Amino acid sequence: MDTSPREDSPDELAPPTTGPVDGVIGELTEPKHPGPATETPGTYRAGMGASRHLVVVGGGMVAHRLVEALRDRDDAGTWRVTLYAEEPRAPYDRVALTSYFSGRDASDLALGTPDLWDDPLVHLVRDTRVTEIDRAARTVTTVRNGGSGPTAVEPYDALVLATGSYAAVPPIEGSDLPGVFVYRTIDDVAALRGWVEEAAARWKRPVRGAVVGGGLLGLEAAGALQALGAQSTVIQFGPRLMPLQVDEGGGEALRRLINGKGVAVRLNTSTTRMRPGRDGKVRRMDFADGGRLDADVVVLATGVRPRDELARAAGLDVGERGGVVVDAGCRTADPHVYAAGEVACIDGAVHGIVAPGYAMAEVVVDRLLGGQAVFPGADTATKLKLSGVDVASFGDAFATTEGALELVHADPVAGIYTKLVLSDDAKTLLGGVLVGDASAYASLRPMLGRALDGDPGAYLLPEGAGSAGRPATTLPDDATVCSCNNVTAATVRGAVTEHGCTDLAAVKACTKAGTSCGSCLPLVKKLVTTELESAGITVSKALCEHFDLSRAQLFDVVRVTGLTTFSEILTKHGRDGLPQGARGCDICKPVVASILGSLDTGHVLEGETATLQDTNDHVMANLQKDGSYSVVPRIPGGEVTPEGLMVIGQVAKDYGLYTKITGGQRIDMFGARLEQLPEIWGRLVDAGFESGHAYGKSLRTVKSCVGSTWCRFGVQDSVALAVELELRYRGLRSPHKFKLGVSGCARECAEARGKDVGVIATDKGWNVYVGGNGGFTPRHAQLLAEDLDTQTLVRTIDRFLMYYIRTADRLQRTAPWVEEVEGGLEGVRAVVMDDSLGIAADLDAAMARHVDLYQDEWKATLEDPEKLRRFASFINAPTTPDPSLAYVAERGQVRPATPEERLASSDGSGPVLVAGTTLEVRR
Amino acid sequence: MTTTTTTPSSTTPSVPVVLGTSSDAVGWTTVCHVADLVPERGAAALVDGQQVALFRLADGTVRAVQQLDPFSGAHVMSRGIVGSRGDAPTVASPMYKQVFDLRTGRCLEAVGREPVDLRTWPVRVEGGLVMVAVPVTPSAPVAAVAVTVVDPADDEVTP
Ligand SMILES: Cc1cc2nc3c(=O)[nH]c(=O)nc-3n(C[C@H](O)[C@H](O)[C@H](O)COP(=O)(O)OP(=O)(O)OC[C@H]3O[C@@H](n4cnc5c(N)ncnc54)[C@H](O)[C@@H]3O)c2cc1C
Ligand code: SF4
Ligand code: FES
Repeated sequence: MDTSPREDSPDELAPPTTGPVDGVIGELTEPKHPGPATETPGTYRAGMGASRHLVVVGGGMVAHRLVEALRDRDDAGTWRVTLYAEEPRAPYDRVALTSYFSGRDASDLALGTPDLWDDPLVHLVRDTRVTEIDRAARTVTTVRNGGSGPTAVEPYDALVLATGSYAAVPPIEGSDLPGVFVYRTIDDVAALRGWVEEAAARWKRPVRGAVVGGGLLGLEAAGALQALGAQSTVIQFGPRLMPLQVDEGGGEALRRLINGKGVAVRLNTSTTRMRPGRDGKVRRMDFADGGRLDADVVVLATGVRPRDELARAAGLDVGERGGVVVDAGCRTADPHVYAAGEVACIDGAVHGIVAPGYAMAEVVVDRLLGGQAVFPGADTATKLKLSGVDVASFGDAFATTEGALELVHADPVAGIYTKLVLSDDAKTLLGGVLVGDASAYASLRPMLGRALDGDPGAYLLPEGAGSAGRPATTLPDDATVCSCNNVTAATVRGAVTEHGCTDLAAVKACTKAGTSCGSCLPLVKKLVTTELESAGITVSKALCEHFDLSRAQLFDVVRVTGLTTFSEILTKHGRDGLPQGARGCDICKPVVASILGSLDTGHVLEGETATLQDTNDHVMANLQKDGSYSVVPRIPGGEVTPEGLMVIGQVAKDYGLYTKITGGQRIDMFGARLEQLPEIWGRLVDAGFESGHAYGKSLRTVKSCVGSTWCRFGVQDSVALAVELELRYRGLRSPHKFKLGVSGCARECAEARGKDVGVIATDKGWNVYVGGNGGFTPRHAQLLAEDLDTQTLVRTIDRFLMYYIRTADRLQRTAPWVEEVEGGLEGVRAVVMDDSLGIAADLDAAMARHVDLYQDEWKATLEDPEKLRRFASFINAPTTPDPSLAYVAERGQVRPATPEERLASSDGSGPVLVAGTTLEVRR
Repeated sequence: MTTTTTTPSSTTPSVPVVLGTSSDAVGWTTVCHVADLVPERGAAALVDGQQVALFRLADGTVRAVQQLDPFSGAHVMSRGIVGSRGDAPTVASPMYKQVFDLRTGRCLEAVGREPVDLRTWPVRVEGGLVMVAVPVTPSAPVAAVAVTVVDPADDEVTP
């Protein structure tokens, strides 16, 4: 028998280098539809009625968009598609690649819906490369990776090259050393992550990382290294960062911002070689100026080159700096061959961002279906996706247009540099650079080439500054709102007015706006809200037929008015014109109960409030499928004494309860009848247990690993903190249940990032993550703040929770709340860390009141005969068990009998049922 | 403390008392004192061998419907939340949240299922006593409808 007392023993873990890496890769690689992946390339499948065959080379983002668009538009099914993907997985979101480190859910990298690959007209062949094109015969030759498989030849009617780019490796000595990485694919980032984690474990000191290249990608990579706990230095050949996007002033502001994030920057530095250490792995970088830098890991982010080798070999034209030359219809000189995405050279340019590639994909599809679409020109607007560093650039950022005027606002103290480029009459917006505060980006970008309303200078002021603030822009219908997906304002508006979408999520699903880089989301949201309002569709946040208010509004009303009974709240703030006998319902009553609970923490069963509660809250237990309840005593932080365990065991034994360890590190006892609950709780309370609130929309548990007291890797005492937090927030009523987790080191054995609030120990203190959850839509929590001391940590969590409780919708968990609340995660951070709304003291006071007034609901109930009356099984036979309960034994415990078993037992053919669980009761 | 009592303030044995006034073959069983019932909260009762859910509404009326929740097969209706939809006083099943009119037993909201109504019983309140009508010839028990529904939104079982 395993005598280990811990379920989270790190010894049970796979070594950190492979664990997480396998996790992510596994998820994305795992053939969801094993058929196509394992078939020999070129095998014919069902659904071959289509007359024409399209072969797409490359399984990247553009290929995905192309297939999706084709299947969307080719209603007649004239084309069947075979997609050859060199990578071992279905197309994924390369733009979001870096989020792999910050631990966004791996499956979030998936593009579109997986059913696309189930379409009988779509055939995805993974892990297979196209090695040759025979344009005369109209065939491609393919070979499965590893080289062992046979080559196959596949005919096509049309061919699309969507092979993207490869990361350029500069000709520097040592760039092939182990420990030097590029940054392009999931495999690249997985290998990088593994390397850094291994180095961290080996060296027991911070890993020293360097990034060669100070462009968009380099900065993203530097942020990623930092997220992995490595130090990072960006080495930039030129005189400023992001030279393609920002001007000198912006570059300087950016450098300061990046430095402020703890990333070192070396400008004007040319790397001459990388040198190995004694172990043969990269150890040092030498620079042309004689300087050097120690590095355990190097990321090369010096640019990308189009993968045009197939086209070259097939005799197709390539551009001066590479890229398959295509016309405005994305066609090469060979009418059967198209190119789209980063591999294409269109209008003499190769575009290294996804939006033009998507536009090309749409053009190709249109052409394949007989249309005459032409490439609309590239939107090169970009926004850096590095948390805490706001940089955006769009349009003519360098004011190269004749007569262009530049309007600059620089605030070096605040670290802000913003610039608008305007036409010579200072009216039309031509471009801009925003560093330090890019909040105007989403609304400015669609105004490119249009006249700005009002004083252009106002756009450069920080958001909310001055009494007037930014002018409200009315976007013309044809303005592109989402450039990644080429969605116009009209389309977004139409989603509301014509397709009946009533919230952001629906609009996203309907139009694809905001589904790629996400930078347009604030604008899309604004448009949707305005449209809903003007269409008279009040975004119905109304709770139910009794209240027009949303939960958040109702919360404010109750908090401000100090009303304490449902009747009063309904009379004064219910919907107008409610019928005489209107009495609330199963939706608004528990909401009001929860609000009252959050506000004054009175007993959940006091007075009228008792009638508002769901049965679970009413009898303080969890209703199970047969009408019995489960009982969960609180086990703070999952820490329990042997004596405590024995009490639980004895109670379960005496009442014949089924016991199970929960995911929240405590013990659930099932099969307790209503009338048994007080007796059972009497024994538990006597033994020092208290309610675990497993029934409430409130704190469930604070899960923890064993931490530094026992674990040889631990850097902080995670159990002590978990116990402290659980005791602090126990009984706190909230819009939905919430959970916390605390891990004693970065190995994260407590899976804290799957919790609403996750705390992970660092050498210097605690990192706190918010907005995670498991369940139906799993989410990883996102970093809110780093290296906090315990006191600041507790204050941060206090405020986060109280802010959530005040402003979330009914049954809205923290993840969607963080997404929807004003300003998103940044907004939450501003409120919680910097008190941007001036409510922090109020939130702190509310939490202090909660902590002060907390009492154990079960103990209080047991002391009050009036409250105990509700536990009668029958009002005229208070201790008679529900005669319909029936159980069968399974694996040494009971479980409710199934309907079949009940039937079988009543006609004598089935198992003998245990009527209720009375038999075992010991007095 | 160790002793816990679950005795309601009054218990009246459920012996059917046939009252002569009734024209039909109906007897009235006295179940409890109206004061035993908490306004807007249900209570289960055993009436003539059947499980009945009693509800005392805000206006003092008492209603009786079957305790069996037809959607889950469990005897739990008395534990639902009392409220209203339009003019109708209602109870929502605590299991899968279907809503029923307490006056007629009609299922007003089936939550994506085929609506099934509840059986109701006439109730009289006389001299502070709650009486439920039972046929003098006992009726067949309401057949249990066994169903399994998975409600992903409500994962209350995982604390
Ligand atoms: C870290 C990172 C961040 C980025 N951030 C942004 C951003 O914020 N905004 C933005 O717009 N863009 C961004 N980009 C760029 C964006 O990802 C690309 O523009 C986009 O992926 C291009 O799509 P594509 O389909 O042309 O090429 P890819 O996505 O590169 O796909 C090409 C695929 O074809 C495969 N392939 C190549 N040759 C063959 C062959 N012979 N046979 C079979 N398969 C083959 C490759 O393995 C690859 O999987 C970022 C890129 C990276 C790496
Ligand atoms: S301290 Fe670290 S390794 Fe140890 S159990 Fe906790 S998270 Fe795991
Ligand atoms: S602009 Fe990138 S998702 Fe809309």
